[in-house]
Amino acid sequence: MCAASNPVAGRDGLAVLDPEEIRRALTRIAHEILERTHGGDGVILLGIPTRGVPLARRLAARIGEFEGLDVPCGSLDVTMHRDDLRLHPARALGRTELPPGGVDGKTVVLVDDVLFSGRTVRAALDALNDLGRPRAVQLAVLVDRGHRELPIRADYVGKNLPTSQREVVHVLLTEVDAEDSVMISGEGGKP
Amino acid sequence: MTDHDSWLIRGVTIPGHSEQPTSILLGGGAVTAIGPALDHPSAKTLDADGLIALPGLVDLHTHLREPGREDAETVETGTAAAALGGYTAVHAMANTDPVADTAGVVEQVWRLGRTAGHCDVQPVGAVTIGLNGARLAELGTMADSAARVRVFSDDGRCVSDPLLMRRALEYVKAFDGVIAQHAQDPRLTEGAQLNEGEMSARLGLAGWPAVAEEAVIARDCLLAAHVGSALHVCHVSTAGSAEIIRWAKSKGWPVTAEVTPHHLLLTDELAAGYDPVFKVNPPLRTEADVAELRRALADGTIDCVATDHAPHPVEAKESEWAEAAFGMTGLETALRVVQRAMVETGLLDWAGVADRMSVRPARIGRLTGHGHPLTQGAPGHLTLYDPAAPAEAVTSAGASKSRNTPFAGMELPGRVVATFLRGVPAVLDGKLA
Amino acid sequence: MKRHLISAADLSRGDAVLILDTAEELASLADRPIKKLPTLRGRTVVNLFYEDSTRTRISFEAAAKRLSADVINFSAKGSSVAKGESLKDTALTLEAMGADAVIIRHGASGAAHRLAGWVQGSVLNAGDGTHEHPTQALLDAFTIRRRLMASRGGLGGIRVSSPRVSTVGAGGARGAGLDGLRVTIVGDVLHSRVARSNVLLLSTLGAEVTLAAPPTLLPLAVGSWPCAVSYDLDSELPKSDVVMMLRVQQERMTAAYFPSVREYSRRYGLDAARMARLPGHAIVMHPGPMNRGVEIAAEVADSVRSTIVEQVANGVTTRMAVLYLLLGGTEFPATGVAQ
Repeated sequence: MCAASNPVAGRDGLAVLDPEEIRRALTRIAHEILERTHGGDGVILLGIPTRGVPLARRLAARIGEFEGLDVPCGSLDVTMHRDDLRLHPARALGRTELPPGGVDGKTVVLVDDVLFSGRTVRAALDALNDLGRPRAVQLAVLVDRGHRELPIRADYVGKNLPTSQREVVHVLLTEVDAEDSVMISGEGGKP
Repeated sequence: MTDHDSWLIRGVTIPGHSEQPTSILLGGGAVTAIGPALDHPSAKTLDADGLIALPGLVDLHTHLREPGREDAETVETGTAAAALGGYTAVHAMANTDPVADTAGVVEQVWRLGRTAGHCDVQPVGAVTIGLNGARLAELGTMADSAARVRVFSDDGRCVSDPLLMRRALEYVKAFDGVIAQHAQDPRLTEGAQLNEGEMSARLGLAGWPAVAEEAVIARDCLLAAHVGSALHVCHVSTAGSAEIIRWAKSKGWPVTAEVTPHHLLLTDELAAGYDPVFKVNPPLRTEADVAELRRALADGTIDCVATDHAPHPVEAKESEWAEAAFGMTGLETALRVVQRAMVETGLLDWAGVADRMSVRPARIGRLTGHGHPLTQGAPGHLTLYDPAAPAEAVTSAGASKSRNTPFAGMELPGRVVATFLRGVPAVLDGKLA
Repeated sequence: MKRHLISAADLSRGDAVLILDTAEELASLADRPIKKLPTLRGRTVVNLFYEDSTRTRISFEAAAKRLSADVINFSAKGSSVAKGESLKDTALTLEAMGADAVIIRHGASGAAHRLAGWVQGSVLNAGDGTHEHPTQALLDAFTIRRRLMASRGGLGGIRVSSPRVSTVGAGGARGAGLDGLRVTIVGDVLHSRVARSNVLLLSTLGAEVTLAAPPTLLPLAVGSWPCAVSYDLDSELPKSDVVMMLRVQQERMTAAYFPSVREYSRRYGLDAARMARLPGHAIVMHPGPMNRGVEIAAEVADSVRSTIVEQVANGVTTRMAVLYLLLGGTEFPATGVAQ
């Protein structure tokens, strides 16, 4: 397990990424996206609520800075396609907002904060399937914590974070939580 | 079952007689002695320590359903339920099938009662043929029959034609009869389901306005006064009705009235779950009505408690509210409900209960053999009751064939321990003898 | 735990707003090529309709099918129900068929309540006698919110920072209730399940409701309801943001509720002249079916203020939201104290 540069036992956990590290990770991902999509041609970013959405916007903003390119950005709520609906009370829906061009023929980069079992991404692929036919679908995540239960992998990863199943990874983002941080705490199970 | 068995009831308290426990000796169908240290060589003894003795209860208003609706109740099962409730006489209402509007039917019911033997059955005769409210039934012939009918009622329906009501009131004077009116203006209650008020508005059920009862009572009191004949008002259910009867009595008019146990305890709030076990005619009303009815029974404005025991088969009570039949059973729970509503609240003592549930109903029904206070020489009809029995939840299973009791699951105090009919036990230790 | 939706009183403010917000999200489904979500796949929803109501039944059917549920239609005519099978026996049959939800429309008040006691699944009241019609009130509230609250913005969700994020549809007003809106409901309130549900739901959502009707068509106990009452429609119009017209049945005339259709229409009908007296932004609603010319004039029904057509579309969306929240998970989510 990687120690943070200044480990802070804040909230209930240990900080593994501070704001600076998050910023750098996103900058790198933005560059990687541009590299692998021939300069962002036909790319749209769809954030998975909740925190995938501000991450997608930040990536879109950086791409805009670097290349002067306006990458369409939106959100894709996956609640209705989840495979664990029958295990919990019904969940409130997040917002699905597609950019004006839709997804047909586009390279859709799904953006989420944490990649864990892969089920959320599978649900996102199903949701996307009902919205149109992208040319390609890629995945960008801030943190990959391992323990995949499905054959899903990320194209762009901010940080690889080996964890135990029982640990919980908390991603905090200013737009939602008033600070930027990634933390790990000891209890809990799969999301 | 022999009449010449004597019974010695020891250690019992007779309300209104004395605070001290005493003994009662029954023999030859009558009370032969009352005293603290009685003995008898061959009498069977009953240890009545802690119990009270009431004169056998008399119900002015019961539906035994036979002939015609034997799926709901028979004279056998209904009178068994009555005895278990402490009743030694019940008045069987006329809305059977065929209607009890001839000597033939009333005599049939009377004989069925004698055969069953659990309590005396006094048939009530219909006022109009078929309860149709159009033509008078043969009231005189029914009065002269073996059933000796004195109480006439179209209960279930209202005698709404004022002229017909007048005639009926006048006609029965000839044989000291009394007309018992089911006060319900038919036009104001077309399709009505529940007391008209907040509950009916919220539940979307057609309202049954209090005025539909009160207006008829007011009219009938005036008619009874005008022709000088006896009016009895069935199942009074509203505060307004009680006030009208109080006014009529203050004028010295020959009006009597009854109230059901359920109207002394339950309100229309119970309809919230649309369970038709709470559907009854007249409907359950409000807290304010319950309070006034209790006061009126306490001060004698309302003369007696009458059960309006109305058994119905399961399917008649298991549907949507609007489809379900009106009516609640009540014979087996009446005394316990009255204890909860009137004695525990301090409104009536047990001597008062004896008056309202035995003495007065017998007088109104002209039942000379019943309703005598317990004194030497009185007929041997008595009820032994344990007011201190621990409160128990009412079950819907009982002697009645039907299960539609609104008190199911409710904890009520008291227990009827024994009922004696003409000195012979019909119920012992809470079970049919 | 909320298993059924029988009365609008079953819903707290939090519940109601959640349903409206969920409907808001589901509304965009209608614009997509595939108008289907897999969420209720494998669930069986039964439409148990004792009253003829093709419109409502189709609305529920569409809602259930869009969520991939299996729908079974059980209508009274020609079935054992018409031959006198009791509601209880019908309920037991549905249980045996494994219905996850039963949507019931029945002519007797309380039928939905009784059914709920006999089935394991969820019961949705699609209209029982003169008692309630909660999904109608929800679609009415949804319609009102979309038309009149959208400009006030919404709570929660992520703040939009990039202009590149487009909004599908008008966006509604997520998280908002109907606070401060003045709704006038006009017509036969006494016999209207739509009125009962709307009075409860709209006031729960913070609207001020006024009932306008002749005294004979108002319940005697209406004073205990969370609304105002007026016998004079004209005085209410200039203050109303929403006017909701109820259908008036001609049979009420024979029972002396009002002397003639003409007089009713003259005093309580919404004609063009009355419509002109409404504030500029005000909308006109009707649960349908309409008696054109009795409670509502044709030109009013067809005007831009009228939401009658969109109420139909909103009906499917709102019913999808209710079905999802009741059946999509283990139970309807707890929404805690009112937002």
